[in-house]
Amino acid sequence: MSPSGAEVIRKIRSEVEEVDPSEVKAALNGNGNSGVVLLDVRESEEWDAGHIPGAKHVARGYLESRVEGAIGSDRSQRVVIYCASGQRSALAANTLKNLLGYENVASMNGGITLWKDRGYEVEKPVVLTPQQRDRYSRHLLVPEIGLEGQTKLLNAKVLLLGAGGLGSPTALYLAAAGVGTLGVVDDDEVDLSNLQRQVIHTTDRIGTPKVDSAEIAINGINPDVNVVKYKTRLDASNIMEIIEGYDVIVDGVDNFPTRYLLNDATVRLDIPVVSASILGFDGQLSVFAPHDGPCYRCLYPVPPPAELAPSCGANGVLGVLPGTMGLLQATEVVKLIIGAGEPLIGRLLLYEALGATFTELKVRRDPECPICSIDPSEIDESQLGVFPDYEAFCAAAG
Amino acid sequence: MAKIKIPPVLRPSVGGEKEVQADGADVGAVLRALAEQHPATQQQLFGADGSLNRYVNVYLNDEDVRVLDGLDTTVGESDTLVILPAMAGGGA
Repeated sequence: MSPSGAEVIRKIRSEVEEVDPSEVKAALNGNGNSGVVLLDVRESEEWDAGHIPGAKHVARGYLESRVEGAIGSDRSQRVVIYCASGQRSALAANTLKNLLGYENVASMNGGITLWKDRGYEVEKPVVLTPQQRDRYSRHLLVPEIGLEGQTKLLNAKVLLLGAGGLGSPTALYLAAAGVGTLGVVDDDEVDLSNLQRQVIHTTDRIGTPKVDSAEIAINGINPDVNVVKYKTRLDASNIMEIIEGYDVIVDGVDNFPTRYLLNDATVRLDIPVVSASILGFDGQLSVFAPHDGPCYRCLYPVPPPAELAPSCGANGVLGVLPGTMGLLQATEVVKLIIGAGEPLIGRLLLYEALGATFTELKVRRDPECPICSIDPSEIDESQLGVFPDYEAFCAAAG
Repeated sequence: MAKIKIPPVLRPSVGGEKEVQADGADVGAVLRALAEQHPATQQQLFGADGSLNRYVNVYLNDEDVRVLDGLDTTVGESDTLVILPAMAGGGA
């Protein structure tokens, strides 16, 4: 007589290694990369309702055909599978082990139900409203973005330093793209002379604080965006407080002291900076991702003297140029958030508008860089937020 | 003769050109030849001791000469030097 379904499941469960959620949690918490791959084999609706952070998902019905794509083909890696209660995961573990040859497979006992009962963290993916599906439909159609990428954008926090020439187009397009939180730092008010290039502001908002004007424009395009306003100048006393918690920072500031200050603080907090600068018809662009690539000090160890560092206010700038460079920045921000493509890390892009030329230069990490050659974990807590007097430093260098 | 790309802040010192040419077997020689042709660039490029100012980056084609042999890096006929001081404008 053939065994019943319940008997088969009992037999398989007795043969499969089962682990308690507490062991799984400990393994995942061990360090950033514990070497354990967590695999959720429930149906898509169950996954969407909440899953364990960091888990990969393949519904059990697609296990044989899709598991390698999700967890890779290394047969010796440790794989822990879970479902709702521990039954489907045991069957999936059996398949992975006996049919697909994964040698080190276990099933999590009690599934995500027991995991939740223990009070462990569950990640609930963003579910788009019908309106959002419509608004972001052109993103959802792009394979590199899709629902996963759009979710990342909606969860992302981006800080814009300056709502001026570079910050204007960047803010508008990041808002349109659905970046969930946009912080804007600017202590200035809208002036008539800004409007030749600062397209986030309008004639009827002359005299309005730029952060307020930017908020009106951002929410006019996309009310989903949470705008956090900082009507202040970034300095050593407030930088750590302002930038902490942001995923990416967009640097469009107009002076060297702030650029160096920002660099040091972001290296310490491990926040990538998409940096651009402009003058006349020329622009520069790079991404400084702490420890993955060079930092601003690796590229420019010393600021130039004042006569070689004119500002746009003193020397002028083509009104379109901050648009070009700001949108290249916005593109790099989106790439960093969704994890697509090759970000401009370790490369400096020069754009010369009159000649319509792009030049790419390599930027190397300086092994003796005073900031990014130090392991941030070796920096004492009390050193965080403590900076030398940058104004004096830059003035002295000049 | 090597091509030298001139950054915006140095263009007034070379008669407004974006690109000039200068002769020399290595980076130092090419830059000194540039400074002879356009004396206004001397002080912007070199310190009193004849070394390159630290705030001026120089690239041979796309590589920073600091990771090559610095001013002694050999320059070929078809090479391009890029002079690049830091820029801080944000369109304020």
